[in-house]
Amino acid sequence: MISLAGRDILHSWGKFIFTGIGLGLLIGVTLTMAGVYRGMVDDGKVLLDNSGADLWVVQQDTLGPYAESSGIPDTLWRSVRIMPGVADAVNVTYLTMQVRQAERDVRAMVVGVHAGGPGIPGWPPYLLAGRQITRGHYEAVADIATGFTLGDEITIRRHRYQVVGLTRRMVSSGGDPMVFIPLKDAQEAQFLKDNDAILRQRRSTAANPQFNRPAVPGLLEAVTASQTHNPSVNAVLVRLLPGVSAHDVAEPIRRWKHLTVYDRPQMEAILIGKLIATSSRQIGMFLVILALVSAAIVAFIIYTLTMDKIREIAVLKLIGTRNRTIAGMILQQAMVLGLIGFVVGKISATFAAPMFPKYVLLLPIDSMLGFLAVMVICVLASVVAIRMALNVDPAEAIGG
Amino acid sequence: MTFPRLQARTLAVLVVVLPLLALFVYVGARSGPLAPVKVTVSTVESRSITPAVFGIGTVQARYTYRIGATVPGRIATLNADVGDRVSAGQLLGELDGVDLDERLAALQAGVKSSQANLRKAETSRDFARAQVRRYDALLQIQSTSEEVAALKRQELAVAEAVLVAAKEDTLRLQAEREALQAQRNHLRLLAPAAGLVVARHFDPGTTVLAGQAVVEIIDPASLWVHTRFDQVSAEGLAAGLPAEIVLRSAPGSLLNGRVLRIEPLADEITEELLAKVAFTTLPPALPPVGELAEVTVQLAALPATPVISNAAVRSYKGQRGVWKYQAGGLEFVSLQLGRSDLQGHVQVLQGLAAGDQVVLYSEKVLSAGTRIDITDQLTGQQP
Repeated sequence: MISLAGRDILHSWGKFIFTGIGLGLLIGVTLTMAGVYRGMVDDGKVLLDNSGADLWVVQQDTLGPYAESSGIPDTLWRSVRIMPGVADAVNVTYLTMQVRQAERDVRAMVVGVHAGGPGIPGWPPYLLAGRQITRGHYEAVADIATGFTLGDEITIRRHRYQVVGLTRRMVSSGGDPMVFIPLKDAQEAQFLKDNDAILRQRRSTAANPQFNRPAVPGLLEAVTASQTHNPSVNAVLVRLLPGVSAHDVAEPIRRWKHLTVYDRPQMEAILIGKLIATSSRQIGMFLVILALVSAAIVAFIIYTLTMDKIREIAVLKLIGTRNRTIAGMILQQAMVLGLIGFVVGKISATFAAPMFPKYVLLLPIDSMLGFLAVMVICVLASVVAIRMALNVDPAEAIGG
Repeated sequence: MTFPRLQARTLAVLVVVLPLLALFVYVGARSGPLAPVKVTVSTVESRSITPAVFGIGTVQARYTYRIGATVPGRIATLNADVGDRVSAGQLLGELDGVDLDERLAALQAGVKSSQANLRKAETSRDFARAQVRRYDALLQIQSTSEEVAALKRQELAVAEAVLVAAKEDTLRLQAEREALQAQRNHLRLLAPAAGLVVARHFDPGTTVLAGQAVVEIIDPASLWVHTRFDQVSAEGLAAGLPAEIVLRSAPGSLLNGRVLRIEPLADEITEELLAKVAFTTLPPALPPVGELAEVTVQLAALPATPVISNAAVRSYKGQRGVWKYQAGGLEFVSLQLGRSDLQGHVQVLQGLAAGDQVVLYSEKVLSAGTRIDITDQLTGQQP
């Protein structure tokens, strides 16, 4: 038995393929949109993964350090380090700022990492090229998305840093690439304004009669010195000993150190539920609209394809073809169209994804769901066309 | 129905569909989470490393002389200006003495008047002594009364007492004058040693408090770098080691120095060691005091051990180690790491032997089951 659908597709295969490719691009956009959403969620997750921490100790009653600003003294890690169950506790700072390199500047999240070498929490967990930071000052490891290359001199606030290593997929929850620098430099960068601001601050302090008292020599100098010193960090990253429950360690820190402690699930909930909630809903809304538009377009295409050959269908009916055969032909055509569309869509989405400025993550599960959705939409869309084809009067084949 | 025509059309369809399918299969297998992770591997070498310690500091002078008055007063003259070289004992300026000079003149006159008094008392005493001698002779020949002779002796005693008082008074006035002169000298600002004037805090006419520095002088030959080293990476730091100093104003030029001493007191808040690094030879143009400097202290070379790059060090399940590459795949080996140098080489004390292959760079976090794809380098390819 010959396939009616196959023969029909072959009859006008050029048109059919082009329609399929057009549909495919639409599906590609939908898949990419899903990838953008997944990418946002993944940005949040890699941020947590890359920090290498089991617990985040932050300022009391804040959602820090990623979702809200948090400041704790930089000597606090010592008292966290001695809590039972803690394998490692290190300071970390996060600050999103412009990093200058020659003529351009890049928006980046500057991470201050505690001294002590790679493998401790906060350090970049893997590199693409170069090496990790070895000096206690003025060296940086940058995400490759910043566009920096090894040996580049970058400027953060007042100091120049040499890029000694490159890494990848180290982003803030907002998708800004990270630049890792030693903690002491980062503390200074977080606090130090430009030279003009420092001068203004010195002048305003000198103008304050409380601080500038002729009878107390040295007071002004002491006040100025204390203003240019920043003894705080954003969070303490804690790694637990194997087999220790996060809750057992977090609870005493919460209770006795009067700090807020988050474990991994809580941190994920903050990042995904609060930080990217609005933008992810926005993307989700867009995704729904795109899916509806795609469904409508598939339905229209199949409808027009059927309308184009209404005369042939009438002939088929006239020669006594069974309804099942005609319905099958339309259904099969719709599904083949969907299949071509999906394949083209998947390919175009995969090749388009790396071109996006932010990370686009195409999950196989999304592709499978997308495939099922495309098939269901095609089947549903063909129902309308089938109904029309079955209702056609065989007389149209000869009349008109 | 014409058979050859259909044949051509089928062929055309195949030409379009087959590459599409091939592309689809490629895309499914080579992208997304299923794709193998690109890595580079490196071989563990046995070699010697030369650790170094890196710190930053500021240029400071070992000897700073803050010259000021010991009493409050108004500055009358100030001859030293910033940048002047001064010699030991040079007069830099003077504080206004207000009425000190007049009081000195008054005391000077007082001393003279007391000296005149002294001479007057001496004369009186000499006359009284002569009278006593004369009346004693008269008494011997019974020409005067006992009473008159006694009166003359009493006069002599009084004259002698007056003389002692006059002498002491002169001494008192002289001492007072010297005290005032000393105070007067204290208003003179003298350089205690040869040096360079680095600050002039006030100008003539300003009233300064006791203890406030008016002029600061440093000894330019005593410049050193007050350096801070992070305690974590300061192992092996000791006095006497050679150091390289790079001033912020001249990032291209290396200056030689030497660790003079490690301060016995470390900074407990910033978790840093403090050290003084002296210049071997001072640069001809003196670096400004307070300038930022980077100091690299080279330590002695260590015996050869297996050495890896610090880029290979990973943390996996709470342990620090590397991914060892063998024919079978990846295996995580936890390591005991030793010293490291500033180029990123780390000694492996335990866990690896020379010749082992370890993953150096990777595109993603690795785990035991990760499929890998070994390439030469990872940069130059966008993620």
